Amino acid sequence: MLVVLSFVLPLAVWAIVSYVPWIWHPLVHVTDPGGVDYFMTGMDVDRAVFAKEAANAAKAGLKLPQGYRVNPLYFQPPHAVAKAFYTAFTTPPRLPTEPWLHESLGHSIRTIMWGFIASSIFGVPLGILCGTYRFFAKLQEPFVEFFRYLPAPAFGALCVAILGIDDAPKIAIIFIGTFFQQVLVIANTVRKVDPALIEAAETLGARGWRLLTQVVVPAAITDIYTDMRILLGWAWTYLIVAEVVGTMSGITYFINQQARYRHFDNVYAAIGMIGIIGLACDMMLAWLATVIFPWKRRTRKAVLTPHRKYTAPESAAMVEKSSEGPGASSSATSAANLVGESGGAIAREA
Amino acid sequence: MSFAPLKLPDYHEQSPEVAARFRRIRERPVVLKVRDLHKTFGANGSGHIAFEKMSLDVHRREFICIIGPSGCGKSTFIRIVAGLEDASGGEILIDGHPVSGPGPDRGMVFQGYTLFPWRTVKHNVMFGLEMRGKDSSTADVEARQWLDMVGLGKFENAYPHELSGGMKQRVAIARALANEPRILLMDEPFGALDALTRCKMQSYLMQIWKKVEVTVLFITHDLEEACYLADRIVVMGVNPGRVLEVIENPMPRPRSTEQLLSPEFLALKHRLDELIHGPAGTEEEKLPVIKLTEAGDEVE
Repeated sequence: MLVVLSFVLPLAVWAIVSYVPWIWHPLVHVTDPGGVDYFMTGMDVDRAVFAKEAANAAKAGLKLPQGYRVNPLYFQPPHAVAKAFYTAFTTPPRLPTEPWLHESLGHSIRTIMWGFIASSIFGVPLGILCGTYRFFAKLQEPFVEFFRYLPAPAFGALCVAILGIDDAPKIAIIFIGTFFQQVLVIANTVRKVDPALIEAAETLGARGWRLLTQVVVPAAITDIYTDMRILLGWAWTYLIVAEVVGTMSGITYFINQQARYRHFDNVYAAIGMIGIIGLACDMMLAWLATVIFPWKRRTRKAVLTPHRKYTAPESAAMVEKSSEGPGASSSATSAANLVGESGGAIAREA
Repeated sequence: MSFAPLKLPDYHEQSPEVAARFRRIRERPVVLKVRDLHKTFGANGSGHIAFEKMSLDVHRREFICIIGPSGCGKSTFIRIVAGLEDASGGEILIDGHPVSGPGPDRGMVFQGYTLFPWRTVKHNVMFGLEMRGKDSSTADVEARQWLDMVGLGKFENAYPHELSGGMKQRVAIARALANEPRILLMDEPFGALDALTRCKMQSYLMQIWKKVEVTVLFITHDLEEACYLADRIVVMGVNPGRVLEVIENPMPRPRSTEQLLSPEFLALKHRLDELIHGPAGTEEEKLPVIKLTEAGDEVE
């Protein structure tokens, strides 16, 4: 229920701003220019300008301009965006060389997957080693710690110079953006493995390499998996900067192109699609986790759960009642006395 | 109100059967020999003393309880024997061979279960067998036997989080025993369980110990638990951690819960109480008198 509401609430706000004419709608869409020279039918002008020109026209005895209030073009109503979700896929690109939307999306997903997979191939084992052995932590972490502060997009020009203008520099930027975080986050997760489990394994005869593969990795794997889900989300944010490097490509190219054509409904739809793909991907991974980690109990959604409701202690209510008059029960009176004597004392029923 | 204390026998008094049993135990070979073991925390042995030099011979199939208040170093002692911590000096011999570092010859059961959550109950028991290089079909068969012995054969495919605390601890015992250790080290294994479950677990442990060729070193701070389980009880004191007395338990075996009302039991418990909490009649530490509540009738 709340899950539905979490989407319905922002959508409702969007719909209200879009459809209720007296909320925002800062422009006037001119339907009849009247006596104003530079007004044209279909033009959007600022409300204040429209009012001024209308007043001028009235003063001059000219025909009054006509129009109705609208939101700016870049603020598209829900129905237009909803329609664009479908039409953006069916509309052929303006130029034959341009990709269709599904091609753009496919390109983006490919880029992100290659970047993320390349990063994980190195990042996950290195993170596990850093978390397990002091030697690797000392050897790697200071440098990784330094490197992760260097913003990945800063390497854009360098990546293009080295790797050319196609997909390679984009994948490299996603790699740089993900890898260094990945090492640190996973090392940290591995360090949280319960030391008692390792001690237990040692008393059962586990040693060295097997301690790592049979105890440390399985003990941390569910949390590493969760880390990876979060890191994949970060990779999407790097995607957008990566795609402007070299020749613009993928979904970013599509968004830019559509904005240039002033098809803002398509822009919203494309941005929405990134969200939908991300969410769907995450939900699929979450479901997959329940299949591959059957021992994992459901994760806690919130620190405080509603059934742990705090109810005011009865004595507090009784103090209130007895303070109205002396006719209350003896224990209540004594509680009231206590409060009267020492102010904020702890009143508890005997 | 005053009351006359019960006339209790001396805890040194042993019935002929019990005395004969202790003679037999002393004749058995020594499994664990601890010589002048001591531990000091901090650099160069300058810091806090965990426990002073202590020596102990544990004979084959003997059940030893170490009892003492918190901070007496009993947990540190057993962890050193297990090889999980280093001693500051002294030596530990298993069957006459010095040991260092943890090993499967000293099985350990911890207070906090420490089952591997990603393995089913059966695979938990199989862990040690796999580490010792047994092939999986042999390990499988053996693990089932151990689980049947602790009465959890039905739960072999359950995951640890599906079990109650007592059941988890039985799996942990089966897992430690599956390695056929020379000595089973138990560090307050029932400390996290509720009183009823703890009683049951003590009885299970007695039954298991009867069936399995194993020597037990058991840490507890529960006097009755020590009296009920142990052959000998090592009583430790604090500041600094040291052995106060090693008591031969005068209660005959097999033991039952009815014996917890016998004079031998009361005498033993009384003595342990004296050793740990000081002689009877010692002033209790009084809390400062601060009154926050007022009630019609005073709580005595």
